[in-house]
Formats: sequence, C-alpha cells, structure tokens
Amino acid sequence: MLAYSLPSDVSPSTLVNTASLIRIVALGLISAAAISSRLFAVVNFESIIHEFDPWFNYRATRVLASKGFYEFWNWFDPTAWYPLGRVVGGTIYPGLMATSGVIYNVLHALNLPVDIRNICVLLAPGFSALTAWATYMFTKEMKDESAGLLAAAFIGIVPGYISRSVAGSYDNEAIAIFLLMFTFFAWIKALKTGSALFGTIAALFYFYMVAAWGGYAFITNMIPLHAFVLLLMGRYTSRLYVAYCSWYAIGTLASMQVPFVGFQPVRTSEHMAALGIFGLLQIVAFAQLIRSHVSSKQFQDLLFVSVISAAVLGMAAMVLLTYKGWIAPWTGRFYSLWDTGYAKKYIPIIASVSEHQPTAWPSFFMDLHLLTFLFPFGVVTLFRQLRDEHVFVIIYAVMGTYFAGVMVRLMLTLTPCVCVAAAVGLSNLVDTYMDPQEPDVEDETEDSKKTKKEKAAGAPGTGIGVIDDLVSTLSAAGSVSSEKETKSKKAKTGIFGLDTRMVVLFNTAGMLMFFVLHCTWVTANAYSSPSVVLASTNPDGSQHIIDDFREAYYWLRMNTKEDAVVMSWWDYGYQIAGMADRVTLVDNNTWNNTHIATVGKAMSSPEDVAYPILRKHDVDYVLVIFGGLIGYSGDDINKFLWMVRIAQGVWPDEIQEPNYFTPQGEYRVDDQASKAMRESLMYKMSYYRFAELFGGGQVVDRVRQQYLPKQSPTLDILDEAFTSENWIVRIYQVKKEDSLGRDLKSANAFAEGKKRKRSKPPVKRRAIA
Amino acid sequence: MAPPKAPATSTSPADNSAIHSLWKAYNDTTPSRLKLIDTFLVFLMLSGIAQFLYCILVTNFPFNAFLAGFGSCVGQFVLTASLRSQVNPENRGEFKDVSPERAFADFALGSIVLHFFAFNFLG
Repeated sequence: MLAYSLPSDVSPSTLVNTASLIRIVALGLISAAAISSRLFAVVNFESIIHEFDPWFNYRATRVLASKGFYEFWNWFDPTAWYPLGRVVGGTIYPGLMATSGVIYNVLHALNLPVDIRNICVLLAPGFSALTAWATYMFTKEMKDESAGLLAAAFIGIVPGYISRSVAGSYDNEAIAIFLLMFTFFAWIKALKTGSALFGTIAALFYFYMVAAWGGYAFITNMIPLHAFVLLLMGRYTSRLYVAYCSWYAIGTLASMQVPFVGFQPVRTSEHMAALGIFGLLQIVAFAQLIRSHVSSKQFQDLLFVSVISAAVLGMAAMVLLTYKGWIAPWTGRFYSLWDTGYAKKYIPIIASVSEHQPTAWPSFFMDLHLLTFLFPFGVVTLFRQLRDEHVFVIIYAVMGTYFAGVMVRLMLTLTPCVCVAAAVGLSNLVDTYMDPQEPDVEDETEDSKKTKKEKAAGAPGTGIGVIDDLVSTLSAAGSVSSEKETKSKKAKTGIFGLDTRMVVLFNTAGMLMFFVLHCTWVTANAYSSPSVVLASTNPDGSQHIIDDFREAYYWLRMNTKEDAVVMSWWDYGYQIAGMADRVTLVDNNTWNNTHIATVGKAMSSPEDVAYPILRKHDVDYVLVIFGGLIGYSGDDINKFLWMVRIAQGVWPDEIQEPNYFTPQGEYRVDDQASKAMRESLMYKMSYYRFAELFGGGQVVDRVRQQYLPKQSPTLDILDEAFTSENWIVRIYQVKKEDSLGRDLKSANAFAEGKKRKRSKPPVKRRAIA
Repeated sequence: MAPPKAPATSTSPADNSAIHSLWKAYNDTTPSRLKLIDTFLVFLMLSGIAQFLYCILVTNFPFNAFLAGFGSCVGQFVLTASLRSQVNPENRGEFKDVSPERAFADFALGSIVLHFFAFNFLG
C-alpha cells in the first residue's frame, strides 16, 4: 500500500541520470555557498590577512613565490628571535605555503597574474569547497549519496569550521580539514574494498596532511584506534590487514620526509600506537595463516595464547623503551589534553593562549546549532547498523567530543564528525518519512501496542531504551535490520498517511532553514572580523574603523632603520615582521621559552633592571598595546600577568606574581596599585602621559574601569617615539647611554633642572651594560 | 604472513609433530604462486633482520639511511603479504572488488611510491 502514487513510466536510466545531475548541481551550489559565506570579511573590510599566525605563513609564502622552492626550503630567517634567528625550513609545516606556491605558479603559467596575497586570502574558502566534497565522499561510504549531500551542505556552512577558514585566515587549518576528511575517506575505502591502492592514497594524503598541520597526530592515532577496536570486536579481516599495513608502511616513511617531523614517528610516544597496532596486525595475520593450515583445537589454543603473550611483550617493550628514554614521552601540548591541569601548572605559555581553554556549552550551540542534538541521534543510528566503517565514526565521535570539550580550538576537528553523523541520522529520518510504503492496516494497531509493551519491558535495563525506541520507530521499514526484534517489527512499523509525513518533513525543512540563518548570522557577526582592523559602529549606524595597528606598523616601517630591533610581547611578533618588516625579539612561534621569559622580565621589571636587558639585546624600540583610552580589552596590561608568570618560571627569585597584586589580592592599576606594578616598565609605558589627555579631570582607564592618579609615570630610559591615533599602539625608543657616563635617571633629573642634593649618597655612575 | 617455518619453531617448542604436520599441510595445500611470494617474503625478512642487526651491533649513525633501508624492507614485506592475501584463492570471498590482476597493479603502485619515499629519505 502506498501513501502517495509514484509515476511508473520512467525508465531506470532516466532516474539514474537525473539523480546524478541533481547531485552535481547540488554539490556545485554547496561549493558556491561554502565559498561565498566566507567572504564577509573581504567584502566588509578589505582583502587582508587576519590574526597573528597567518602573517607568518603569508610572509613565508611570499619568500616561496619570489625566490623559489629551494630557497624557501633552506630559508634561515635572521630577523626573528633576534640574537638567535630561526631556521624556518626545519621548523614549519610547509604544506600550506607549498600549496599556495603551486597555485601561484599555475595561475601565472596561465597568464593570470594574481597577486600572492590574494591567493593566500582566498585559499581557505577555496579549500572549504573541497572539504565539502571530501565530506560528501566520506559520508557516501557511511550511508548513501543523499546523506553525503546533507553532510556536504552541513560542513559547507557550519560556523565551527568557518571560524577557522574565513577569507583572510591563512592558517594551516585552512587546508588541513580537507586533508583530514580525504585521508579518512581513503582509509574507509581501503578498509571496505581491501585495496592497497586506496591504502596508498590514504598514505599520500596522510603525507600531505603531515606536511600541512601539526594535528596530523590525530590521524596517526585515530586509524590505529579504529583498527584496534575492530580487532577487539573480532572483526579482523584480511582487508583490514591490507588497508592498515599499506597505509602505515608508506605513510610513516613518507611522514618522515617533512623536516619538522624528522624521526619523530619512530621516536615519540604519540606515534607508538600506530607502530604497536602494526606489529599486532602482523602477529594476528600470521596466526590466521597458521590456523588455515592446521585444524587441531589444541594448537589453536596455543596460538591464541602466543598471540596474546606476543602483544603483551610488545607493549612491555614499548613501556620499557619509553622509561629508558629511547622513546620520547608525550610532549606537553599533547599531554595537557589528558591532564587538563598540567599546562597551567608547568607550561604557562601553553595555558596563556585563549584557544587552549576548555569549551563552554554555549559555544557548542553557537558553532553547531541543530547539529548539536542531531549528532548523538546520528551516532545511535550508526550503532544500530554497526558496519566496520561505522565503528570509525563512533570512535571519532567519542574522541572528538572529548578533545573539543578540553580545548576550544579542537572544536575544529570535531565539526566534520558532527556533520557526518548528523547527516546520517537526518537522512535516515527523511528516508523514513519520504518512503511511500505504508504498513498493513489490520494488525497494526494491536501489534504496535504489543511491540511497544515488549520494548518497554526490555528497555529500562539497557538505559538507552527510549532513544532506541525512537530510532526503531523512525528507521524505515527496510533500512534497519540487524536484530531479531527489528525483524519481527519490520512489517508492522511505518508511517501512515500524508499528513504525518508532511508534518515531520516540514518541521525538518524548517529546522534546516533556521540552521542556514543561524550559520549566516554567526559567520557575519562573530567570525568575520579581521583582528588587524577594529570596527565599531557610530550612533548613526555607519561604520567607524580603528586602524591603529597598521598605522603604527607602517610608521615603524617608514621611520626606523631597516635593522632596528623591536621588542614586544610575543603575540605581535609575526605582525611586526609581516607588516613593519623589522627585526623582532620573540614571536608567535614560541619555541624558546627562556627568550620569551626575558622579554617578560624586561616588561615587568623596574627601569633600572630592564635597561641592561634592553641594551644587551640591542633593542631599539619597545612596542606596547594599550587599550585604556578606547576600551580595547586585549591590551598588554591585561596580558601582563602572563608575562609575569612566564618570567617567574625562569627567574623565581626576581619576579614574583604576588608582588603585582594589592595586599587584598586584587589586580589594580589605580593609586592602590602595588609598588612593583607601578614601577614596572609595562605600567609606565602604557600610562605615560595618559593623564594629560584628561586635562586635569578624572583620569579613567576604560578597560579596567579604574581611576588613575593625576600624575602620569615618568620614563628615564625610554623616549616616546610614536603613539597611534587612539593610543592603541605606543612605540618607545630606547635611549643610548648618557654621553657623560651618568646613569639615565640622574641625567634626566639634571636636564629637568633638579639639583642633586648633597646629602644623597652618590649614585652609581654607569648603568651596567 | 611469513612462511611458517621459522617462527613456528620459536612459538611451540614442545610439539615437533605439530610443526611437521604444519609444514606438510603448507607444502600440500599452497599453490606454487603463493610459494614464490613466500620465498620473496623470507628474503625480505632476512634482509630486514640483517640491517637491524647491523644497526644494533655496529652503528645507527646515518639513522635516516637505516630507517630508509629498514622501512623499505618492512614496507615491501607488508605490501607483498597484502598481495599474497589478495591473490590467495581462499580469500576470494573477502576481496570482492579486487581481482588478482588489480591486486598486482595495486602492489606495483604501492611499491613504487614506497621506494620513491625510501630513496628520497636515504639522503
């Protein structure tokens, strides 16, 4: 019996052709939506690189585009980490730069002379279209093409992914998510078909991923975990052996070609899971081979025991190697995912990054909207079928959810899995309610009651009974059939009439519509603002742009010597190098903690301590960000405590965090501020001449909401060189030593006409250099 | 997937007749093609063991060269073992999408890629 009639005179080939045409058109539209929803920042502002890290990637890509690949590969950058320099070729993942370099060269070969900046800006939107396609392929392996299209549509516009891939966000994640999805697709395909070809493809894309993003460790551990769970479930097949071994053997050798990775795949604990599963698979495969030749029961038992003991021995060997130090233990960044208090205690520099904080609930909803609740539904749907590839998505869901809960930035790796699972679930639902098949009317009423009762009796034990019940009601008559129970219900469950179908389908379509609205709104309002340019709205609705950063960086670029050394907190290192083109002391690549702590110490010490540090490092200019005038909260006074903490980690007896608080334990900048705070270089630089702005009125800091003393601090060792329009960026020039050999404090006092009192003990004549 | 001879001696020291019957069963039931593959596997294993012993006993100094050589041995071993299980008539049911010819082409491609990386890594 059918709920609505279908045309019967359509030939099957027409159906197939129409379906594939619709799919192609849909994928094209999804790509267009994915690209165009990422262009808000370019349309609203301009085509520039955002944030901090992308500035380095951009700078490196410019080197690659102008000097060629070999120069880039061997590039030593003397302008970063000033006295030390940085071997760039060996300390970056070159995949992103190489990708845009290839695009640049191809476009130029086609006589399309596009500026490298525009390629960098638009790379992420372009790759998001590819991500949508890869997600389509991946989900197609999970269920069917229609679920694939849904997943592609989800990931095309979901804010959790857009947040890291808007135009101008030229970061590693821009291409990494595409590579992640495609590697997983190739892995699933290899596992399903047992083809070494797809294993090789997975290995090649894994190599590309390793070259592109440090998050490749996620793949390195997900695939072995999947293989291990399949082994434990007794689902070992020769296909698993072929897929895993071809991936691991080629992928590991390939991943070691990236200089930054080097020997890590054989030397560090992050990669040991993959090696261990590789070994275990050899043993299991060998045991299978023996078993096919011998039938004796006793021998099988012996073999089983020997497999287990070999696995245990291998494990023990790895533990021993780790303790002996031949295999490096987990790095702090990785370890802090497990022990969430670790980073804050031991590595403040990791904890100081705002992206490394735990995720709050609202951000899950903000980033995923309706996918948040479709996600568990989809995972349950997958459980009910549980093919080998479904196990993968389930593991991915568990791991991804955990990691996303621990760290905000890992929301990004969760998002693809959420899209896939939600698409599978939703497409199951839609399948059920579109299916014109109706169940038989007569025995339906009583039978359905009976089955419901049966289920109600069986449900409480399982705990997920309610969901189970829901799923079984929803799942289509033919689509889910694994257990006996569902088999008996098969003929009896189903949907009656057009009205029930319509209600559910309209509801679904409405939800999807709201999803689109939500995504567009979030993208436009939250994720499309370049941090280089600050935008505010005037009372009449027009936009007011605060462009202090570029104003100051451009001043540095035009008005200082070319080899001038600029000291700032590490956040601004890449931007100074990228926009001002000057030598920096520290930058966002935080590889040398002591050097950063030196800068932190200089910033948080009084002038006479800071001056020798500045002179020793040949610092010409000091740059601070100050938001007290216009209320820009991400300024250096708010980051100041992290400087203190990082400095304290290296010089615990010179810098102590409690000194910077009031006796009541408050962090204040007004006249109750502690002595160490008021004398620190950072405080003086931020508030220098600040009181003058208020012409004798109350001096108010609009970020801290505190009233400052009427008397601004004085600076002896620095000259104010530049202050931007809204006082956001303040640049100071470090004074040379006094030509008469006095220390700068007394020289200043003399210049101001203050007589030195006789009774004062003689000051030290010379600053210690 | 190595030939059962060598490891079998180490795993079951007790039952000599079991090994004997195993060897007999292997000789009787295995097609000659698979035996050819198995000899190649033995060769790869010996070559890998030799390199590993050299690394342990003498030096691991050009570590990348050791890894490239050893990795190519291991990689070639598992690729060949994969080929063996794909062309094994007993596994026909498992590999529905992979015909023996296709399996050989996959094997060739995988080996080429593997040796490209191994050669590149020799330094």
